[in-house]
Amino acid sequence: MKHLLSAADLDREAATLVLDTAAQIDAALAGREVKKLPTLRGRTVVNLFYEDSTRTRISFELAAKRLSADVITFSAKGSSVSKGESLKDTALTLEAMGADAVVVRHSMSGAPHRLAQWVRGSVVNAGDGTHEHPTQALLDAFTMRARLGRLEGLRVTIVGDVLHSRVARSNVLLLSTLGAEVTVVAPPTLLPVGVDAWPVEVSFDLDQSLPKADVVMMLRVQRERMSASYFPSPREYSRRYGLDATRMAMLAEHAIVMHPGPMNRGMEIAAEVADSVRSTIVEQVSNGLSVRMAVLYLLLGGAEVAA
Amino acid sequence: MGAAPDSSDPLGSATRRPLLDANSLARTVDRMAHQILEKTAGAHNTVLIGIPTRGATLARRLAARMRAFEGVDVPVGILDTTLYRDDLRLRAVRALEETTEPPGGITDRLVVLVDDVLYSGRTVRAALDALRELGRPRAVQLAVLVDRGHRELPIRADFVGKNIPTAPEEQVRVLLAEVDGENAVVIISGGPS
Repeated sequence: MKHLLSAADLDREAATLVLDTAAQIDAALAGREVKKLPTLRGRTVVNLFYEDSTRTRISFELAAKRLSADVITFSAKGSSVSKGESLKDTALTLEAMGADAVVVRHSMSGAPHRLAQWVRGSVVNAGDGTHEHPTQALLDAFTMRARLGRLEGLRVTIVGDVLHSRVARSNVLLLSTLGAEVTVVAPPTLLPVGVDAWPVEVSFDLDQSLPKADVVMMLRVQRERMSASYFPSPREYSRRYGLDATRMAMLAEHAIVMHPGPMNRGMEIAAEVADSVRSTIVEQVSNGLSVRMAVLYLLLGGAEVAA
Repeated sequence: MGAAPDSSDPLGSATRRPLLDANSLARTVDRMAHQILEKTAGAHNTVLIGIPTRGATLARRLAARMRAFEGVDVPVGILDTTLYRDDLRLRAVRALEETTEPPGGITDRLVVLVDDVLYSGRTVRAALDALRELGRPRAVQLAVLVDRGHRELPIRADFVGKNIPTAPEEQVRVLLAEVDGENAVVIISGGPS
């Protein structure tokens, strides 16, 4: 593997290798005082963040540091980007400094693909516009497998703003590769054109799909990407598509509730649900670290791969 | 991704020369178990740490034999050394294997590292680095089923099942029933390495 740009880059074998590698790294570090491995000593990872992010940026930074790589974190704010430097020129600068991997988040869908054509190192997509966020899908799959023991045949319901969600897109691709059965539930206005062609079932009724779900994944309502009114009012959205305690009671005994964060408590998810024992929200964050370590190891831990 | 699993047909067109059959392999393991018991005063405060894949299997077998001979329960751990290797960039990325700390840890105990074949010594060097992260053993010793020579580092085994002089282009394979479906040690030459 040279780059990780899309969850679709991973076939079943490659995706399983990432999840297994993350589990082995977890086991290797379990109970240790010093959670550090020498594996990527002397390699440089650049975090190139054109869009605000807390958990993903910190998670990648920590993952690279735990593997002993040198890390440079570069936010668009306070860099030459605010002076008008293009993505390509920034990329060439990083290239000249010898970055072995570039982790990129950008508000434009497809930016990581372009970047991969310009730099010699590996490119990891850490979220591009409304397109994809493959490491989020990997950490979600890892969390499901850890909690429920399998992915094959698992019934996963993804609820909310599917239209703007790169998390949903990457999850649908990865989960179907891994044999899960995915249902997306959203108001018709928040479903993308062409959702019929996705390997998913589509529903507009949350209450109907809850009882048979093994996993419910709530998506954040992304107000910053909403230029039009997609639903009448937050209250109405919350009433029809929000997960509250009453709805949570409809879930099967073993079912888990996921959220990629950051949450709008009281909007798509009620506080009592987010803090319940079914919720894996905190686990998702710590699993994200292991999964990103696995991805960096698999991209940089061997001989250089031709593009 | 390029992590190559062990091929199901490891021999191909190569010639395979047997070195130990199942019986002599079992006797060798028995002898090593006796030697470890003798040198550690009955495995007092001792743990076995196997290096995956076949070193881990051998560590379990040694522990089972030591139990049979003297009724001692020797804790067994498994230590994957991949993330500590100094030659990662020379080959396609390797899949990781299991790591399990032995019950009770390794601090202040005598650790006997177990591997199937001792060759360049680089795996053992990586294992020593990895061990340091798990704790501070009282001492570390090394048990290998086969020492085939060609060391690249100043490393020596304390317990050797069999010394086998080899040429660098040959391969020594330890086959264990738990992993390979048969028990034998063979030399492979002439095939793809």
